[in-house]
Amino acid sequence: MRILVVEDDLEAQRYLVNGLKEAGHVVDDAEDGEIGLSLSLSRPYDVAIVDRMLPKMDGLKLVEELRQHGNVTPVLFLSALSEVDDRVKGLKAGGDDYLTKPYAFVELLARLDALMRRRHPAAVKTRLQVGDLDLDLLTRTAKRGDVSIDLQPREFRLLEYLMRHANQVVTRTMLLESVWEYHFDPQTNVIDVHISRLRAKIDKGFETPLLHTVRGAGYMIRARA
Amino acid sequence: MRAPRLFRSIAFRIVFIYIAIFAVSAASLVWFTYWNTKRELDAQTDQTIDAEIVGLSEQYQRLGIGGLDDVIMSRSVRGSQGLYLLTDMQHHPIAGNLDGWPAMIYRPNSFIEFNYERRVGGVSTLRRARGRVFTLTGGFQLLVARDIHERHETVRLFSTTLPWSLMLMLFLGVIGGAFMSRNLLTRLDSINQTSRDIMAGDLSRRVPVRGSGDEFDVLATNLNRMLERIERLMRGMREVTDSVAHDLRSPLNRLRNRIDAALRRLPTDSAEYDEIESAAMEVDQLIATFNALLLIAEAEAGLAREAMERIDLRDVVEGIAELYEPLAEEKGLSFELAPSGAAAIAGNKRLVAQALANLVDNAIKYTPEGGKVRVSIDDTPSGVALSVADNGIGIPADDRARVLDRFVRLEASRHSPGTGLGLSLVVAVAKLHDARLDLADNMPGLKATLVFPHDTKRQVPRGSGAAADRSEMNRSI
Repeated sequence: MRILVVEDDLEAQRYLVNGLKEAGHVVDDAEDGEIGLSLSLSRPYDVAIVDRMLPKMDGLKLVEELRQHGNVTPVLFLSALSEVDDRVKGLKAGGDDYLTKPYAFVELLARLDALMRRRHPAAVKTRLQVGDLDLDLLTRTAKRGDVSIDLQPREFRLLEYLMRHANQVVTRTMLLESVWEYHFDPQTNVIDVHISRLRAKIDKGFETPLLHTVRGAGYMIRARA
Repeated sequence: MRAPRLFRSIAFRIVFIYIAIFAVSAASLVWFTYWNTKRELDAQTDQTIDAEIVGLSEQYQRLGIGGLDDVIMSRSVRGSQGLYLLTDMQHHPIAGNLDGWPAMIYRPNSFIEFNYERRVGGVSTLRRARGRVFTLTGGFQLLVARDIHERHETVRLFSTTLPWSLMLMLFLGVIGGAFMSRNLLTRLDSINQTSRDIMAGDLSRRVPVRGSGDEFDVLATNLNRMLERIERLMRGMREVTDSVAHDLRSPLNRLRNRIDAALRRLPTDSAEYDEIESAAMEVDQLIATFNALLLIAEAEAGLAREAMERIDLRDVVEGIAELYEPLAEEKGLSFELAPSGAAAIAGNKRLVAQALANLVDNAIKYTPEGGKVRVSIDDTPSGVALSVADNGIGIPADDRARVLDRFVRLEASRHSPGTGLGLSLVVAVAKLHDARLDLADNMPGLKATLVFPHDTKRQVPRGSGAAADRSEMNRSI
């Protein structure tokens, strides 16, 4: 994947670029908004990581300009600003996701994966399948093998999100934001409890577990152990 | 029931009081003029009567009763102003132009007013007279009076018209008052509307100035100047929090990055990995505390007011309850949601949800197994009350005020995870929403209640209103 990093804090930029390269991505970097804009307009990127406050051209402005040129590259904002309504501003300007500094690298990677996948959506799906787990989005029913699984509406949404991002790490924050639409730190890890309930429904009594905990990162649903 | 708005308006009351004072003054003036004129006229009449009595009694002394009789006869032309009656001791008429002794309260040597009958051309009319009775030597009674009927009629007419005139004056005054106060109310309304918009978060609004240079314009100009200053201060505040956030977040970010980079290079089963991972967790805790502090600062400075919208507390409660219910269940607590109707408030949904989450989180944390956590919404006269009640360990009455301060953690909570900022954030969110946070004894346990002011009179953005309508429909289906 080709990723553009626009970040003026050089040390942060170095860590970001190195980390992304280690994860197997091709990375270009820019130190200010103007270079960032000209790079993003001249080369095709799968995703752009844009700091919110940049010299020469503000991150918001950069994305607005980019969108005005008809460029739809997914953009993830990084922001060190206070957060209450800044997220809304970022998303309004045309950003696709928003991460507040300081962030954990796994969180960033997971979100980039989700953004890139969103860019290449398969044909509109009415069924999701992972291993022998089968989720019918039309009838809102779940089946594992021949056993039908009874899910609460929220559990269904949780499972749907996990399965849409199968084989991908999904962080607790991502789940809280996407499934519950909350953008705050819930102090106690409430998500873990929801996951263990879901796990009891889809994995209990089956030979191969599908829902895995990824240490220090979050969760992943995948067919093979 | 409350009086209509017009009658409660200060302009209307001022005009009304003014009219009342004016009416009383006018009435007193008229009454005084009347009283003084009557006194003067009476004095003139009385003088004439006294002079006649003196003249007649001289005639009597000189000529005796016969002579007096003649004089009275000659003066008593029917229909004249002068009225006379001479009687003996038993009130039998001897001479005069009055037919008989009139019905009156007799007081010797003082003036009296009485009615008498006058016949002109076969038509008799009742007329008013004023006169005096004089007792002559030998017991003869002499009544000398003057007809004051015309004057009396004028006075009577005057005194029946006066109350009506006053009533008309009051009536016109009330209409004028209503008109004037409506005029003032329109201008005050525009000021009030602007203040409400500003309190709801739209700091760019200004009070309209008409350009007439009157007191309202001066008030509007002063308010606008004040608003400009507030807006500038708020912008400054926002810049300060932003730069504090930026200056602290950047190094924290680099620290977190370095730890991440180190972790990536280590095998996950090594002792170093565990060590560094726990360092990462410490940093995350530090970040959480910092974020909470920043959020509190922002909420307290009212910076988040820009993101205020009409929200239904019931949605917030259902969402948070759904999120936390499994956690409560896992701890062996019963989680109860009191049913309620729609409860609209003006608020920042994210912050209200976070505040409620903090309260619920605390309730679950400090209630032992088998306990109960109950979330309820009540529409009270003073506002919409959002309560989280538990039957856990509670907070001693003496500590209730203290726990709202930042970083305060009671002995009982010393060993459970948390930043010590949970309740401070709830306080800040309450302040931002003009809400009140009450901590009460739930006997046993704690009952935390947030009382939000009713969302009245506030304009609802069209979009969210329609959305609310839709969800209302879904609910009823």
